[in-house]
Amino acid sequence: MIFKDIVFFIAAIGALGGAAGVVLLRNPFYSVLSLVGHLFFLAVLFLLLNAQFLAAAQLIVYAGAVMVLYVFVVAYIGGAEEPLGDTVSGIRALGVLFALCLLAELCVAVIGSGLKALDSSGAHIGAGFGGPGQIGSLLLNRFLIPFEAASYLLLIAAVGALVLARKRRGFEELTEGGGTA
Amino acid sequence: MNVTWYVVLSAFLFAIGAAGVLTRRNPLVILLCLELMLNAGNLALIAFSRMWGNGDGQIFALVVMVVAACEVVVGLGIIVGIFRRRIPEDVDALSELRG
Repeated sequence: MIFKDIVFFIAAIGALGGAAGVVLLRNPFYSVLSLVGHLFFLAVLFLLLNAQFLAAAQLIVYAGAVMVLYVFVVAYIGGAEEPLGDTVSGIRALGVLFALCLLAELCVAVIGSGLKALDSSGAHIGAGFGGPGQIGSLLLNRFLIPFEAASYLLLIAAVGALVLARKRRGFEELTEGGGTA
Repeated sequence: MNVTWYVVLSAFLFAIGAAGVLTRRNPLVILLCLELMLNAGNLALIAFSRMWGNGDGQIFALVVMVVAACEVVVGLGIIVGIFRRRIPEDVDALSELRG
């Protein structure tokens, strides 16, 4: 049990550090790398919560595929460093203040919820909990319609990405002819 | 380890992501911070799934991952489109759609 606690604190500190790195680092490339570290520690937390399949999916799909997409785009657009100084500092401070208010509200909501089960380490679970077998049977029995809707959503997003990335002749002529921009 | 720890950690991660969305100006970094917020939600969902000993929350987290992947694809497509049209990558300058 003490081993699980130690792993939790290491992973939590790593996840928080990765998240802070995403927000605070000025070069977008380093932000992406920081997010990869964050996702890795989050996968460790998923493992601690008996979500083995999701931890593997997180590492393979997120840290593997999606982050590669980010790295490609950062390399493509050059990843210019963001000038931090010349913005209106009042608005920035207001944003941080709003985030702190959100954090306080969420913590109050969690701690004040009065859910007894929150103070336990969870209900008793069987051996196959969170494995691919359980996820697969839930997806194909109880959650078949959300599963199909998710697959349609992926298809629509793929078509949308193709439409966005295509070179549109009409659009180019519009901008070249001194149109909208 | 109590479930409260996980949920409070996810609240912290969500707030960090929200702070990033509100303060950063590069649209690419804003997308990264949105990922942070979605993943914080995922952590809370999986923690509650563990709390009830029920797999439904994990399915929900899987759907959130699908939605996040779609958001990344379309968002990055828009960012590449912005870059191609030589518009500066700054959400303060991206005000063309403002009514």
